[in-house]
Amino acid sequence: MNKTLERAAPFLFGILGLGLWQLAVWGSGIPVYVLPGPIAIVQAYAGDFGTLNAAFVSTLSVAAAALLVSAALGVVLALAMAASTLLRAAIQPWAVILQVTPVVAIAPLIIIWGNQPFMALVVCATVVAFFPVLSNTAAGLAATPRDLLDLFRLNGATRLQTLFLLRLPAALPYFLAGLRISGTLALVGAGVAEFVAGSGGFSAGLAFRILEAGYRLEIARMFAALMLLAFAGIAIYGALGLLSHLMLRRREI
Amino acid sequence: MMSLAGVSKTFPNGTMALEDISTSIARGEFIALLGPSGCGKSTLLRLMARLEAPSAGAIAWAEGQPKAGEIGFVFQDATLMPWASAAENVFLPLKLRGQARTAAMPEVKAVLAQVGLGDFAGAKPASLSGGMKMRVSIARALVSKPKLLLMDEPFAALDEFTRHKLQEDLRSLWRQSGKTVVFVTHSIYEAAFLATRILVMSPRPGRIAAEIRSSVAEGAERRTAADYIELVKEVSGILRAVMPA
Repeated sequence: MNKTLERAAPFLFGILGLGLWQLAVWGSGIPVYVLPGPIAIVQAYAGDFGTLNAAFVSTLSVAAAALLVSAALGVVLALAMAASTLLRAAIQPWAVILQVTPVVAIAPLIIIWGNQPFMALVVCATVVAFFPVLSNTAAGLAATPRDLLDLFRLNGATRLQTLFLLRLPAALPYFLAGLRISGTLALVGAGVAEFVAGSGGFSAGLAFRILEAGYRLEIARMFAALMLLAFAGIAIYGALGLLSHLMLRRREI
Repeated sequence: MMSLAGVSKTFPNGTMALEDISTSIARGEFIALLGPSGCGKSTLLRLMARLEAPSAGAIAWAEGQPKAGEIGFVFQDATLMPWASAAENVFLPLKLRGQARTAAMPEVKAVLAQVGLGDFAGAKPASLSGGMKMRVSIARALVSKPKLLLMDEPFAALDEFTRHKLQEDLRSLWRQSGKTVVFVTHSIYEAAFLATRILVMSPRPGRIAAEIRSSVAEGAERRTAADYIELVKEVSGILRAVMPA
């Protein structure tokens, strides 16, 4: 009983908040172009269902592609850094520089250089998203238990055996934790890239729809796109949480 | 089976861990390396396992350098792979040498049964107690049929009851298998109970301060036998003498 209530609590709290919001909008008579109520937002969403859903799919696919590239890139670079201290010294500072440079500043360049809009958006989102996977996986590879490494040596394990049977499985929880952070960052990166890129060529994403609705003072539609963007974030976070749960269940760490 | 001549180990930071260790180990012996923390006994074990090379001196093997898997090593922690079942953990040394799982499983199950875990082949480490994890770790060291079993304070983290049981089981396992065992410990009682020969080490740099052969009779009453208690007294006296004031 208590458990059910706990599960329902966020939804009940949300409904309460939406109700109060609607009442406040009605009561104060605030115009819809300043603050629309939830009902107006749902109406705006229903009125522009096709376009907004296409934008949702577009943004989500950019974020998902960026996340996949980030995962692959992060793991490959982490492996390179774990394999040789020279490579680590060469790669690490550049990874940090790329991470600390605001993507808003480099996005216009990438958009100009990338002649294929989808690719350009994915590159921008990847720049934002790949670092947590890289640093977490590198930390995981470095934290392989020393005794187990000794055990592998005593039994004459090859480098590849040590990598696939020990180092990678030992780094898996670290990798998954990094992936969850990267997932939400990929969405942030996709949004920022869309702000810069506009709709040009590739089907326009949610962030572009938010900008567009803002210019046209369609505030309710702006909120509808924002709601979808939040939903995309929740979907990514939830999916990665589930993935991590499935891969790590019945493990000690 | 193995003899050490003038073995020393100095670490790159200048710490001298071991100085002029000379002894030889015969087939079938149960050696206890006894000494306080920091006396280099674990380092000595790692040298015997060839995980590290001595800075001076040499370790000679009567039957040639051991090949992969011919030395079994048990660490202070069970160090099992948490993502793999007990059987998978025990299978690991065979897997690393290219054995097929189906062919190896009867052997894996037999070794698990030997350490008293016949019913826990499929259990993940997270669901096993500390003593059971250590049993899996011992099974993993035994599965490749090593000639030499090196153990680095394997029971130090266990409670007294579990430790006694594991000591008894290890000893009967040794008697049945006739393996050569080198066992690092800082417990006088453990050394006196298990070993046929105790090497007492002095701290910093580690040297062999004394060597005592045990003449405690075999049998169920070993832990309360008069000659066991005499041995504990004798070793205690030696340790008191080698420890700096």
